[in-house]
Amino acid sequence: MKRITIGLLGAAVSLSMTLGSVQAGTLDDVKRKGHLTCGVSTGLPGFSNANSKNVWSGLDVDVCRAVAAAVLGDAGKVKYTPLTAKERFTALQSGEIDMLSRNTTWTHTRDTSLGINFAGVNYYDGQGFMVSKGLGVKSATELNGAAVCIQAGTTTELNLADYFSEKGMKYKAVVFDTSDQSVKGFESGRCDVLTSDQSQLYALRIKLVNPGNAVVLPEVISKEPLGPVVRQGDDAWFNVVKWSLFAMVNAEEMSITSANVDSKKSSSNPGAKRLLGGDAGGKLGLSSDWAYNIIKQVGNYGEAFERNVGKGSPLKIGRGLNALWSKGGLQYAPPVR
Amino acid sequence: MPPADHGTQKVAPWNDPKVRSIVFQFIALVSLGFFFYTIFQNTLANMERRGITTGLAFLGHEAGFGILMSLIPYDETYTYGRTFFVGLLNTLLVAGLGIVLATVIGFALGVARLSNNWIIAKAAMVYIEVLRNIPLLLQIFFWYFAVLQALPAPRQSIPFGGVFTLNNRGLYFPAPVPESGFSYVLAALVAAIIGVVLLVRWARRRQEISGQPFPVFRVSLALLVLVPLLVFVAMGSPLSWDHPELQRFSYGGGGRLIPELMALLWALTMYTAAFIAEIVRAGIQSVSHGQTEAARALGLRNGPTLRLVIIPQSMRVIIPPLTSQYLNLTKNSSLATAIGYPDLVSVFMGTTLNQTGQAVEIVGMTMAVYLTISLTISMVMNAYNKKIALTER
Repeated sequence: MKRITIGLLGAAVSLSMTLGSVQAGTLDDVKRKGHLTCGVSTGLPGFSNANSKNVWSGLDVDVCRAVAAAVLGDAGKVKYTPLTAKERFTALQSGEIDMLSRNTTWTHTRDTSLGINFAGVNYYDGQGFMVSKGLGVKSATELNGAAVCIQAGTTTELNLADYFSEKGMKYKAVVFDTSDQSVKGFESGRCDVLTSDQSQLYALRIKLVNPGNAVVLPEVISKEPLGPVVRQGDDAWFNVVKWSLFAMVNAEEMSITSANVDSKKSSSNPGAKRLLGGDAGGKLGLSSDWAYNIIKQVGNYGEAFERNVGKGSPLKIGRGLNALWSKGGLQYAPPVR
Repeated sequence: MPPADHGTQKVAPWNDPKVRSIVFQFIALVSLGFFFYTIFQNTLANMERRGITTGLAFLGHEAGFGILMSLIPYDETYTYGRTFFVGLLNTLLVAGLGIVLATVIGFALGVARLSNNWIIAKAAMVYIEVLRNIPLLLQIFFWYFAVLQALPAPRQSIPFGGVFTLNNRGLYFPAPVPESGFSYVLAALVAAIIGVVLLVRWARRRQEISGQPFPVFRVSLALLVLVPLLVFVAMGSPLSWDHPELQRFSYGGGGRLIPELMALLWALTMYTAAFIAEIVRAGIQSVSHGQTEAARALGLRNGPTLRLVIIPQSMRVIIPPLTSQYLNLTKNSSLATAIGYPDLVSVFMGTTLNQTGQAVEIVGMTMAVYLTISLTISMVMNAYNKKIALTER
């Protein structure tokens, strides 16, 4: 009996110690492990999607790859953990993943009460509606009484309620666990409308058996700034993720691409020099070629955008809000100096 | 020197086995309590340090999201606490209906499996073997997506005699709207039920004394139907119907069974019924054949033999595993989340958890609910088991 009691106390003490040590030190952790564990979606073309060989690609995946390139010098050293919208924050809080890059909307509640920090915005999005052509709906204001398919645990659920009550309209929300299931529900005719971030609607439309039968309505009913997320209270790691993203945006602004990064490295441009060499990396706890590795292996923000969701992809989404600030968009990164 | 009196001699407390056992159990209890208290405090402290909000205050905040189906009034302006009850009631609804239906179908199948009729016995066998060997989640998906896809869109609905309407949004039916005077009909129904209970008691006593059977079933049925019906007619039919109407997207008004509920209930019922059938078969086969022969010798026909001799004895074997099946069905109902039926797991542990982010509290509450439901079912079934258990005379 005594032995059991001592065992129990020992277990309690060791448990409390492990709980305490999970915090802080993600950067050292990743360096020691030799790979980055990144939480991504269960499959969203353009953002995070695995092909038949289980190779992940997408705009969100490129953020993971950029961080891996900056920290480990190799963009390929990432282990992807597919998460549903419901699972994502718990996985991050519990330390199961090092960072979350899964089209996650930055909101006040999430930022303040979940113990997490948003490390920037890699895609400015907004919620929209998709309907089947046969209904003859031209605007979201005609949707009174419609059944709406939606993914559980998203900001979309709340925006939808706000929008319909503001317009004095009624709706029936059919809530599914994954976006795949909600698309299936939409396709089988269970709902009249599929609602999600507009970028996702374009991405999900490609998955439909007959994409031509569905139209995305013009209304955008919310602001959805999507970005990578880290645990609160680990500032060194927060900085690494934040500046990996900023490095991509800064590179685009300085016209540094994966193709010309080698020649730019030896150029006399002081901004490019500071980004590609210098002591910027050291201040982050990284090697001095951190940004060079990102741009060489992943590319700048513009390249990643066009490759995954823009002209070079089946989605064909225009830059819009995601153009650089100097070109009428919102993408803006603080200077490296 | 007086002789040593071992009977009354005081034993030191540390040598008294009774005291020792109490002390050690007390120590074990305290350390166990301390263990859980430490874990609890640790979790709270760690979460606070990481800036994760804790506590149950969120239950009073406005939820702000819609729920597909609710048995109690609910809209976006109600609180997170309300979403808990909406989900809980939806879970209880599907579990309760599932248990009743699975029991009825399971018993019928179990008896059919033992039928002397070759076709009936084999059909029941095939049903049982197929249904209980396919994972439940697959069956739920099958019924949901396969059936949903087969049903027509609202505009091409299938009408059933002008009363029901079936389409891929659900089964629509006219909802009864009680008018003044309907409460008398309900009162009549309650009176009829009390009457039936009294009748059953009287009939049993009469049979014990005189041996004369009384057609209890037919008379009770007549009581239950005729008495309320008479009052209903006398009050001038105080009930109107709210018929569903085709609107822009689908039908509105009236009552509706959503396809998620139908698919889930159907899958749970069919799956659990297969297991119950096997339990019933085992129970019936556990009653020795001599009992049947004895009943025959007394001149009982097949029906009464089964009803009065075999089933009551087999119940002793059936009830304990049947309880497990009820518990399984209730817990399996949480698979609802896969097809979007708004049960407790889908609504509370899904959307509410995600909007508030308070995983520990919400998961804890949800587990406590399932534990409570399961223990309640267990308790009721154990009480029933005790009542029918073999009393040795």
